[in-house]
Amino acid sequence: MTQQQTEGGDVRLTGISKTYGSFKAVQPLDLTVPQGSFFALLGASGCGKTTTLRMIAGLEEATTGTISLGGRDITDLPPYKRPVNTVFQSYALFPHLDITENVAFGLRRRGIKSVKKQVDDMLDLVQLGDFAKRKPHQLSGGQQQRVAVARALINHPQVLLLDEPLGALDLKLRRQMQLELKRIQTEVGITFIHVTHDQEEAMTMADTVAVMNAGRVEQLGAPADLYENPKTTFVANFLGTSNLIEGEIAEAGEDILVGAGGMTLRLPAGRCQAPAARGGKLLLGVRPEKISLAHADDADSIAAGRNRVTGRIIDSSFIGVSTQYVVESPAGKALQVYEQNIERDTRLTPGAEVVLHWNPAHTFGLDAAQDIDAGVETVEDAT
Amino acid sequence: MTVTEAPPAPPTDPAELPVRKASTRKRLVPYWLLLPGILWLVVFFALPMVYQASTSVQTGSLEKGFEVTWHFQTYWDALSEYYPQFIRSLLYAGTATILCLLLGYPLAYLIAFKAGRWRNVVLVLVIAPFFTSFLIRTLAWKTILADGGAVVDVLNTLHVLDVTSWLGWTESNRVLATPMAVVCGLTYNFLPFMILPLYTSLERIDGRLHEAAGDLYATPATTFLKVTFPLSMPGVVSGTLLTFIPASGDYVNAELLGSTDTKMVGSVIQTQFLRVLDYPMAAALSFILMAVVLLMVTVYIRRSGTEDLV
Repeated sequence: MTQQQTEGGDVRLTGISKTYGSFKAVQPLDLTVPQGSFFALLGASGCGKTTTLRMIAGLEEATTGTISLGGRDITDLPPYKRPVNTVFQSYALFPHLDITENVAFGLRRRGIKSVKKQVDDMLDLVQLGDFAKRKPHQLSGGQQQRVAVARALINHPQVLLLDEPLGALDLKLRRQMQLELKRIQTEVGITFIHVTHDQEEAMTMADTVAVMNAGRVEQLGAPADLYENPKTTFVANFLGTSNLIEGEIAEAGEDILVGAGGMTLRLPAGRCQAPAARGGKLLLGVRPEKISLAHADDADSIAAGRNRVTGRIIDSSFIGVSTQYVVESPAGKALQVYEQNIERDTRLTPGAEVVLHWNPAHTFGLDAAQDIDAGVETVEDAT
Repeated sequence: MTVTEAPPAPPTDPAELPVRKASTRKRLVPYWLLLPGILWLVVFFALPMVYQASTSVQTGSLEKGFEVTWHFQTYWDALSEYYPQFIRSLLYAGTATILCLLLGYPLAYLIAFKAGRWRNVVLVLVIAPFFTSFLIRTLAWKTILADGGAVVDVLNTLHVLDVTSWLGWTESNRVLATPMAVVCGLTYNFLPFMILPLYTSLERIDGRLHEAAGDLYATPATTFLKVTFPLSMPGVVSGTLLTFIPASGDYVNAELLGSTDTKMVGSVIQTQFLRVLDYPMAAALSFILMAVVLLMVTVYIRRSGTEDLV
């Protein structure tokens, strides 16, 4: 556990791309993963995230570009010469070897004879000490997953690559393993690059998330930053849910005023990702949990200076901590509102006329030239 | 005990009775399905075995008739008289099996991992010889290995035959009617039985295991030795068994491609049954061959440790 700290370094992808025939799986991309960080590549299936990971592992040859690790060019090295290890999606444990030998595999290939102590320590780290003599098929999915992590980590790689490692686990176990992996990463301090399609998983675990779409990195940043300040409609829709309202700029200044469906909404210029000129189109975004809901009869009690949209509830579903409403309004056909169940207003049932209101500072502005529904359909399977 | 339990269960819930009947019928279904197979085995395997076993301890002659006299001496006679043929059979069959493995493994590997869209074409080519009769194919080898034929000429020019003759595999620039011809015939005829099980078990190996091994610092050669080959052991075992067992009892190759010096035990059994008409001797030889093969196979399977791999 000492060597990676002295000789480690950043993973740097420069102009890396992958083409299969005429299909561009990964567009030329530049990416730097700082040493010791927990980095997530997030995207729907087929977005090129796994291909990118496999190019770092050396399992896929990059069509263009270079990959370097701590300043050393590893683009042309075969996988068995790269100081990186992978946790595979299906774990890929060797079925003919017991857990000890699976974990010791990498050490033995590097000619290390006395592996017992290291294997025992590693199995303790992943809390599988009692299973050393079992075969992989005698273990549950979660245990196999931890063996796969142990088998990779024991080699003290400079970078650990995780290819949807939790995809095969049920929800509860997945939550547990997310925390476990995060704990291990903090403990060993190795760079983790984690590929996932689960936005919640990426946000809970990673320091930095790169959202990928159609072979490109759409946006890169800390989870909270990505969530609060999406730069594209894809990110806005893929990470959580966003209400996107199409409008026309009525006034551009420190605050931008946008007219949508006969109402005027306010947006701080600093939160607008598109050039704002009078008369131009703009997409206004606001997260469902930022919106408050008031019955139309109480409209007068709403504080001044808040953005308001009037509409009618067309659907509501109670989900314990909150209630989710779908509101139809001139500004948008199906605006989502999540209300905490603190004091439930019994008048808020489908058919009720309501006013949605929120702090203008929670509004973000996006370029209206984009597809307003980009990234929407993938949200469903990510929850 | 019998008096106190006045109300028994059956009348209380009549609905349960038909259900239980249906389930016993269901439990019998597997046995009904097994019946044709069991009947087949009894008529064509168990009964002939019993019949042959009794034949092997009979004495007598065709004219006077045979009688069970528990004459176990036949077994001893069979062994002492025909042990060279036994040894030769095992040797030829063993050599052919090893050759099949050496030829078949790379081919099966190629079909399983590298053939891509040609996979099915190559597989058809592997079994293509079966479209011709076994005898005709073996006879064709007679032409291939004939004296003065192209094969012999090439081997002669390359002085390969000098080496093989020195080793005793061929005789004075001849291939036909030598041990080498018999082993070639056996190898050729049983090769598909080696390739197909090898292919099946190689094809089942998850390609990601190769990637995982590479990711864990194994060179392609080490990956093969430590991952691919051990995982293909079920195929190696079934392939070698499917080759060795029939090859050790084969007599067609020895008859057509060999000489009297290359007779295998199969030829002896055939001669005893059909020409000499010494049925007890033929039956005893069959049982000895069966016992030897069974013993070798048992040891082999134990040694290769493949029971828990499948």
